[in-house]
Amino acid sequence: MVALSDYLTVGAILFGLSMAGIFVNRKNVIILLMCIELMLLAVNINFIAFSYYLSDTAGQIFVFFILTVAAAEAAIGLAILVVLFRNRGTINVDELGTLKG
Amino acid sequence: MAFEQIVFYAFSAVLVFSAGVVITVRNPVHAALFLVLCFFSTAGLWLLLRAEFLAIALVLVYVGAVMVLFLFVVMMLDINIAVVRQGFARYLAVGGVVAILLIAVMAMVVGGDYFGLERTPVPEPIGEVSNTRLLGLQLYTDYVYPFEIASVILLVAIIAAIALTLRRRPDSRYQEPGRQVEVRRGDRVRLVSMKSEERR
Repeated sequence: MVALSDYLTVGAILFGLSMAGIFVNRKNVIILLMCIELMLLAVNINFIAFSYYLSDTAGQIFVFFILTVAAAEAAIGLAILVVLFRNRGTINVDELGTLKG
Repeated sequence: MAFEQIVFYAFSAVLVFSAGVVITVRNPVHAALFLVLCFFSTAGLWLLLRAEFLAIALVLVYVGAVMVLFLFVVMMLDINIAVVRQGFARYLAVGGVVAILLIAVMAMVVGGDYFGLERTPVPEPIGEVSNTRLLGLQLYTDYVYPFEIASVILLVAIIAAIALTLRRRPDSRYQEPGRQVEVRRGDRVRLVSMKSEERR
């Protein structure tokens, strides 16, 4: 039988990998957005695993709302990225320091 | 080993492998495609957890909409990969150490001592119950207010994304049908009365 800890461990590994991805691809905004999606996915796996093993559908409702908000976040993030690239011609995070003063 | 375990380990292996590829691959298009593989294997895991509705929703919403948007943006932008990849090897060491520490700490917390089969046994099957029906019953009664707020959030996302990316180019030529219809005869035709010339 598959235990709850197995699912939680998969979620933890996925979260750690996406954390490493944010460190490694710190110049490429698109990969950063993908890493954020992976993090949300890891959290969702935990929610659904708890929902099943504790027999409570509230966890699945949470995942439903997280999916909604994540989709909205991805749409707005990519729109900002497109505007950024149109105005500056780059998506390198190091060159986007205009607000630094 | 039971069949369920084999399926679980297969999906988990594909999930972890493709997540590793997403964060290390050179070409962003390949990263997006491996992210699609991630979502598919996660949907498989959710099916194992009897969350059918959310598994299908993940495939439809993420693979069908969000990842297409990602691919579209990746292909539209002309990214200089050589610049973006600078310092990759240097950050790989730091990122690897952070990831290993994070995974080790979390594995200690969520390990078999606290969430093993003895503490949280697999629940008994509850018969022929539709997961979608169960979710719908909860969503439209107890959670109807958050549901409405979620729809407003989606509306805000639509308007924000369109407002951000819409641009009017001043140098492009286009017709305005309203002004074309509005034109009266007096705007275009001028009648000039003048004497006719004498015949020679």
